[in-house]
Amino acid sequence: MEDILSQAKKVAEQAEVFQISTKVTPIHFEANRLKQIQDKESTRTALRLIKGGKVGFAQASGFIESRALIEMAVETCQFGMPAKFNFPNPKVYPKIDTFDLQIDAVTIDDMVELGEQIIATIKQHTSGILCESAITRGIASVHIINSEGGETSYKKSFFSLSFEGVLINDEDMLFVGDSHSSCHPILDFRPIAEEVIKQLELAKRNVSISTKPMPVIFTPHGVASSLIAPLVSAFNGKLVFDGASPLKGKLGEQVFDKDFSLWDDATLPYQVASYPCDDEGVPSQRTPLVDQGVVSHFIYDLQTAALANTQSTGNGSRYGGLPTPSPSSLVIGKGDASFWDMVRDIKEGLAIELLIGAEQGNILNGDFSGNVLLGYKIENGEITGRVKDTMAAGNVYQVLKQLEAIGNDTRWVEGFLLTPCLYCSSLSVASKAG
Amino acid sequence: MQDEIANSLKGHKADYVEIRLEESKATRIIYRGDRLEEIGRTSSEGGNARALVRGGWGFVSFNNVNKLREKVGLAVNQARIVGKEDSKFSPAKPLTDVVTAKTKKNPMTVPLALKKKLFDEYNDIILSTPKIQTSNIGYNDSQRKITFANSEGTYIEQTKIDISLRLAAIASEDGQVQQIGLSLGSQGDFSAIEGLQEQVKQMAQRAVRLLSAPLAKGGEYTVVLDPVLAGVFAHEAFGHLSEADHVYENKRLQDIMVLGRKFGNKYLNIVDGAAVPGLRGSYKYDDEGIPATKTYLIREGILESRLHSRETAAKMGEKPTGNARAINYLFPPIVRMTNTYIEAGTLSFEDIISDIKEGIYAKDWYGGTTSLEMFTFSAAEAYMIRNGKIAELLRPVMLSGNVFVTLGNIDAIGNDLQMNQGGGCGKREQSPLPVSNGSPHIRIRRCLVGGS
Repeated sequence: MEDILSQAKKVAEQAEVFQISTKVTPIHFEANRLKQIQDKESTRTALRLIKGGKVGFAQASGFIESRALIEMAVETCQFGMPAKFNFPNPKVYPKIDTFDLQIDAVTIDDMVELGEQIIATIKQHTSGILCESAITRGIASVHIINSEGGETSYKKSFFSLSFEGVLINDEDMLFVGDSHSSCHPILDFRPIAEEVIKQLELAKRNVSISTKPMPVIFTPHGVASSLIAPLVSAFNGKLVFDGASPLKGKLGEQVFDKDFSLWDDATLPYQVASYPCDDEGVPSQRTPLVDQGVVSHFIYDLQTAALANTQSTGNGSRYGGLPTPSPSSLVIGKGDASFWDMVRDIKEGLAIELLIGAEQGNILNGDFSGNVLLGYKIENGEITGRVKDTMAAGNVYQVLKQLEAIGNDTRWVEGFLLTPCLYCSSLSVASKAG
Repeated sequence: MQDEIANSLKGHKADYVEIRLEESKATRIIYRGDRLEEIGRTSSEGGNARALVRGGWGFVSFNNVNKLREKVGLAVNQARIVGKEDSKFSPAKPLTDVVTAKTKKNPMTVPLALKKKLFDEYNDIILSTPKIQTSNIGYNDSQRKITFANSEGTYIEQTKIDISLRLAAIASEDGQVQQIGLSLGSQGDFSAIEGLQEQVKQMAQRAVRLLSAPLAKGGEYTVVLDPVLAGVFAHEAFGHLSEADHVYENKRLQDIMVLGRKFGNKYLNIVDGAAVPGLRGSYKYDDEGIPATKTYLIREGILESRLHSRETAAKMGEKPTGNARAINYLFPPIVRMTNTYIEAGTLSFEDIISDIKEGIYAKDWYGGTTSLEMFTFSAAEAYMIRNGKIAELLRPVMLSGNVFVTLGNIDAIGNDLQMNQGGGCGKREQSPLPVSNGSPHIRIRRCLVGGS
């Protein structure tokens, strides 16, 4: 890395080298039994240059000569965007716990046992279910150096346990599942097993539902699969700058329910989406996005922040290319109602556990529409069964403008979202008749 | 190198071992609005070893391609922990081949300056359209050389060149944001994405028109799909269910997906095949070294066959179809689609819509997904059909269905098959894999549409 940087400094005004090395061991269970053990090692080196005032970029996985990487980056400089920022000079970074030494103590046998336990537990509840599970253990090392004297590095450990089950009766398929991830090893499968068993219990019976607007409860998984994609795009500083976010010009305005708060937090200890610095060496922070319904901030990387005349929020992430604003962990503030309080409040309605396809509509406008892959009908304050052949559609801004209630309990879903249940008074539901 | 690879595969206590090495180069260009936001080049070198022992798999991926024998050994050790039964793996004849990429206008030889000039032109067309707020353009090209060898003596080198381009026009007015996208791709011919000025202009104008379009009312409709969206439908609604890895260990699903079962009317034919030449999902050998085929998934409405890897084929007592694909060396091959399409029928577009009193004409795609039984696919453009005529423009619609019902509800198939090369398919963590989809216009009765 030092070699690349010192050579790159000779041909460009500024330079930055980013390197990430990962070692990941996933094991997969298929059809109720262990199927595959993997071991993956990879190293990626990215070079960013500012030359002639423009940004150039090249990246290599595996071995590459320093000279070749620099040549590739230089070639792109002449066409690159004008750099509005400088690479960070030395910074003081917050101490964020992202590494647990215990990760190395977890053996393949431990991981196999974890998978066997969860599958045995679910099969004991529902014998005909076909189970898949993935257990992953990994370590990532990140190192960033730049020509302005900035240097930072950190290690992250991660562990995840996911479970998916399918129960087939004739042509009826029921999908259930849950996952959990942490920088700590996960040694207890029971929280996931309990969630899956809850889903199986609530979905025991298929019931029909009407086509009309009705009250809807989004469970934490329901929030993740229905509402999050439009919010992630709307709070991306880049989309705000471009005017592709409906929240452009809405800073300081009451856009959401006064009880709704949302923030981005890269500083939570031992969360897999946490980090002491982002992928361009900016210290991490907690950024309020919605404070009691008021739009309070957007997320930024260095270049976008400079364009928008603000500061980076430490959200520059790399997905195979240049850093771009991306959330770390998203947290929705909790309210005061329990899930069952909400259910008891509804005469006829729907609880959405999983909506598929919702991120494939016009998410820029906040629209979502999808098939209710797992959802429960509520009648007279009770869950009566699972609905099928049903679509739910709405607009995130309408849903979150006025919430009937917010759950008093939050849980992590998909490794990056901590959310309570959200209860909205009316959402369009369409179901296939008969 | 060939000898070194062959030697590192010999003498392991395994039922089967293989090595796959990959060298690739890629270019990526991204525009957002008037900014050329990213232009970057990447190179990659790495590989993997995979081992099968008593039905269990070990898989090791790496960047450093030295000491291959040790890596194969590690994969074998892992597989030994997993394996508890007899391995089932379809036989294959050893073969040696070198396959070069066929290109008309190789994107690797098109200078960056010329690529930029083309995209600047498209971007200017979008941004100069009144009420257009911003644009997105994403271009990727890649050249991959893949070397595959296994313990049965097969040694294959294949070079593949892939191009994809996605353009989007974003219109905005009074806090409303609407967008239309255009996705294209090609296997190695840059000229496939040139000369699109007129299409780009129309796309931008449609995005603006969406601002004043109403939402569809949710419910069941008779729906006519254009060739692009019908291709996505074929992929999501039936293609994924035809991938045998969903079925081969699932007794109950095997009972449902029994060959010979009737799924549609007698004029419904659905095909997948990498042996169909010149498309983004085309290749000579899959990532297990099996020659590509053309497979009828549904012929005359009847389930005829499904897509296989060597393992799924052996376990189901069927023949491998050459559909084991890996997105890159970091992943083992899994059963994937290639070029998936509904074959042309006999009807004209007018025949298809003329007797629809009230329905929806849905065109072009945003995306699609499936849970096997339930699937959704979203149209980028939609119109009401009233009394046999195309009527008012609607906001983009999301359609959903149940595979066991919806295929049987296709009651008209057009004569205008077109392939769409702009797709990318995701499965497990492997996305986007180059595929193509296609269809003629089709009509579906009682299709569920999400809306207000």
